[in-house]
Amino acid sequence: MSAPLAREEVVRVARLARLKLSDAELERFAGQLGDVLGYVQILGEIDTTDVEPMAHAVERTNVFRSDAVQPSLGREQALANAPKSDGRCFLVPPILDAG
Amino acid sequence: MPRTTPAASDLPDVPVVELLVRLASGSLTAVELAEAHLERIAQLDDSLGAFLLVDRDGALRAAQDIDRRRRNGRPVGMLAGLPVALKDVVCTRGLPTTCASRMLERFVPPYDAYVVERLRAADAVVLGKVNMDEFAMGSSTENSAFRPTRNPWNREHSPGGSSGGSAAAVAARFAPLAIGSDTGGSIRQPAAFCGVVGLKPTYGRVSRYGLVAFASSLDQIGPLARDVKSTALLLESIAGHDPRDSTSLDADVPPYSRNCEEPVRGLRIGFARAHFGDGLDGDVESAVRRALDVYRSQGAQLVEIELPHAKYAVAAYYLIAPSEASSNLARFDGVHYGHRAERFENLVDMFAATRGEALGDEVKRRIMLGTYALSAGYYDAYYLKALKVRRLIRQDFDRALERVDAIASPVAPRPAFRLGELVNDPLAMYLEDLYTLSANLAGLPGISIPAGFSSAGLPIGLQLLAPPLEEERLLRVARMHERETDWHERRPEL
Repeated sequence: MSAPLAREEVVRVARLARLKLSDAELERFAGQLGDVLGYVQILGEIDTTDVEPMAHAVERTNVFRSDAVQPSLGREQALANAPKSDGRCFLVPPILDAG
Repeated sequence: MPRTTPAASDLPDVPVVELLVRLASGSLTAVELAEAHLERIAQLDDSLGAFLLVDRDGALRAAQDIDRRRRNGRPVGMLAGLPVALKDVVCTRGLPTTCASRMLERFVPPYDAYVVERLRAADAVVLGKVNMDEFAMGSSTENSAFRPTRNPWNREHSPGGSSGGSAAAVAARFAPLAIGSDTGGSIRQPAAFCGVVGLKPTYGRVSRYGLVAFASSLDQIGPLARDVKSTALLLESIAGHDPRDSTSLDADVPPYSRNCEEPVRGLRIGFARAHFGDGLDGDVESAVRRALDVYRSQGAQLVEIELPHAKYAVAAYYLIAPSEASSNLARFDGVHYGHRAERFENLVDMFAATRGEALGDEVKRRIMLGTYALSAGYYDAYYLKALKVRRLIRQDFDRALERVDAIASPVAPRPAFRLGELVNDPLAMYLEDLYTLSANLAGLPGISIPAGFSSAGLPIGLQLLAPPLEEERLLRVARMHERETDWHERRPEL
């Protein structure tokens, strides 16, 4: 068992991740994340000087296609799963004061 | 062994190769075959929980269409009439695709995933969607928001995960073929726990278009089936280049199902001491050693190889996969699709409340872990460090696979654990993945094949890994073992 993550760290990460957590969850995750972050410290044993990071198993970049118009989802289909829509747009709560 | 003229209810036991012969000759119809499986699911799945959705009408409609075309002498696809179960992480047009999450409980995709298009074009009959760990995060299928799946060999045990529904459905004879996805072992480990064959293709071999993303640099779709040949057949039908996935490889697809019958001459099998260390269950170790003997008895040379960074795979993986997940799952914000909270104060609070109430524990944990590893001040020490170790792991494999044709190892350190045994200790659950994660980090193809049973009667798998795009070799090597053993013919009593 490693030391739990500090509560303010868990709160900080939850805010960055846009997750509203209960007090019970904050406490549980503090312990569990502390365990995992403690375990991964073993990576510190390895000398990775001059090792290039490998972000992908297939290291290719810039797969191009021609810049041509392709059929895409119609508006009705695109909105079909929206939690809230007016038939034209996705609706979200106001982000500016009405005044 | 199947009887020569089985009654309809015995159809789910008939091997795929024989089903294809009967379907082609007209002595069996696609409708009869679909009905036999649908009936078995209706009778028995309450006690297993493999299916989240059974599409009876859609399956029978597809089967009738195939039968009609065949009667009229019109062309049919290579899987014509074979039932298939789909992990509920691949999008199906008009059929709910939930990822076993409350977040997507009512999500109905407007399009089919590439693999679903290919399966429909091959005239497979889609029976429905099967259970999984939520968003494919987990190794036990207990993280499904709806219900756990039980292991057909012992209902107190997990079928493995995250493709636990796919493996259980194949083992229980609910479907001869199933589609799974594998980000860190999620096809191979449940295949081993349920005594079936499961293959994770080379990264890029199968298009990820329409696969709900978990960790995009690691995710790969693959087949599960009861034997090597039908696994090869299913892979053959879903592999290939798709421009809609920019990581899709433009490489020829060999006739895997035909070529798998050809043994590999002068076979060299590698094994690593690192794979037989502390914590490996005795029954699993015996089964793997016995499998190595099967190869030796066919003239294969067994070569000890070194994988010096193998012991770092779990740590690297559980930084990289959650980092990618935290980014991919940012899309679930209650705006475009999925759940939206009813009570919130403002836009940002709506995101947080929506995600807080509709995502399960393990998904939240991984999002948190990834967000932490990517956040300012920690990025270099965690995420970037893990990516460097990932390259070292890949280099270990590149070196080892210059000397051998395939690497054999356990799939998991022990047979299926009990439901509830590990679910409250995430780190302990993660450590169970130590043998399978490396193939995803390195992008290699891997297969799990039945290799025995524990003293408690639970299946044990053998894992084989090969160089990128060497699925054909992997299947040939797997078939060499299968030809000499009968583990794959055993079936659980339900």
